[in-house]
Amino acid sequence: MSGEVAIDIRDVSKRYGPRWALARVTYALPVGRSLLLTGHNGSGKTTLLRMIATASFPTAGKLMVLGQDSRDDRQAIRQKVGLLSHASFLYEDLTATQNLVVLGRLMGLQDPEGKANALLERVGLKARTDNPVRQFSAGMRKRVAIARLLLKAPTIALLDEPFGELDPAGIEQMEQLIAELKAKGSTLVLATHQIDQGIRLTEARLHLENGRIVEAA
Amino acid sequence: MSRPGLFGTLLIVLRKDLLIEWRTRARLNALIFFALATLLMFNFALGPDTVLMRAHAAGYLWLSILFSSVLSLGESFRIEMENLSLDGIKLAPADARAIFLGKALGNTLMLLLLSLVLLPATIALFDVHIVMGVPAFIGILLIGSLAISAPGTIYAAIASNARARDVLLPLLLFPILIPALLACVKASTLVLQGDPMNQLDSWLRLLLAFVVIYWSIGFVLFPRVIEDD
Repeated sequence: MSGEVAIDIRDVSKRYGPRWALARVTYALPVGRSLLLTGHNGSGKTTLLRMIATASFPTAGKLMVLGQDSRDDRQAIRQKVGLLSHASFLYEDLTATQNLVVLGRLMGLQDPEGKANALLERVGLKARTDNPVRQFSAGMRKRVAIARLLLKAPTIALLDEPFGELDPAGIEQMEQLIAELKAKGSTLVLATHQIDQGIRLTEARLHLENGRIVEAA
Repeated sequence: MSRPGLFGTLLIVLRKDLLIEWRTRARLNALIFFALATLLMFNFALGPDTVLMRAHAAGYLWLSILFSSVLSLGESFRIEMENLSLDGIKLAPADARAIFLGKALGNTLMLLLLSLVLLPATIALFDVHIVMGVPAFIGILLIGSLAISAPGTIYAAIASNARARDVLLPLLLFPILIPALLACVKASTLVLQGDPMNQLDSWLRLLLAFVVIYWSIGFVLFPRVIEDD
């Protein structure tokens, strides 16, 4: 699939009330490539990632993901895209395992519980699989969210501040996971304020300011 | 890997909601105590007039269910908004229509359970006898719960994004529920006191029509409600 476009953003704008969160953004990311998104808070990074994940949709312009229109083919896109967001998507009153099992069942996985526990062990939460998420620290929630992303085994992984709230061991593990996703051929978009780390892990960079691309490298 | 269809997704969402309710039984207990307290307050407000109490027992039972339903319905979407969990389910991906059916059925079961707890309390507090039998009354409780939960699920989803959601939900829901509330009260009163004029069928037909209309509307419109188009 090399050479094909994974994410094709064509003149995309997004408005929340009177404010334009993104203004006429155009960019194409080939399959298997990794992109670093940088910019200050409120520059539009999260908005862009949420639109690629089809959690929201452009006010104007067209967004194609793996050749499919984000508005018309959202269910097909959602099967292939995984989003690690600021919000963990976790149910506070369910255990870490139960949270992953719900996703596994929706994906139609065989033995979702076995796979969930294996992934939780991988992110260092083996001893806490049966604890409700409500009892977890921010870092532990992030680890469950990472396991949730891995369960999905996405073709395109969207990572919004993946290093936030993690301890040094967690950050190292996150870097390993990103390297593994790249080795498997996943397309990656990483939004982070830790620019040096991001540059080391990605091949291209897009800098946003006030919802506009000001630098693409 | 074979993804679940509409029915399979519905069951996963329903199972998840029931599991959350089971793990946080304190919320269910609070709901039951609120409903019982409301029923008790109505009973005190009427005074010791047993004729008046028997005549209005069904009305007060359904008002208690209705007031408690606002708490239950609001809670069912508060858990979805806490960590944007609904987005997580939506992006899994899950069919939004199945999410509606799963959540509305979960809400129906909660309301039915609450109604079944309130039924003996109503019998005791208002000194009523069920002339047409307990199964007929439970049938009306079930249809009434279905009638409240479908529009309740739609409006709870809409209100969950608003800042004043606790106020907004009853403001949106109560006017819509007036025909269903009227039919529930009339049908329940007939089952309690007997139906010599054969009026029960017409009230049940109204209630069933309300159920069919609002479950259909929810099925069609819920994707629009939860998708950020």
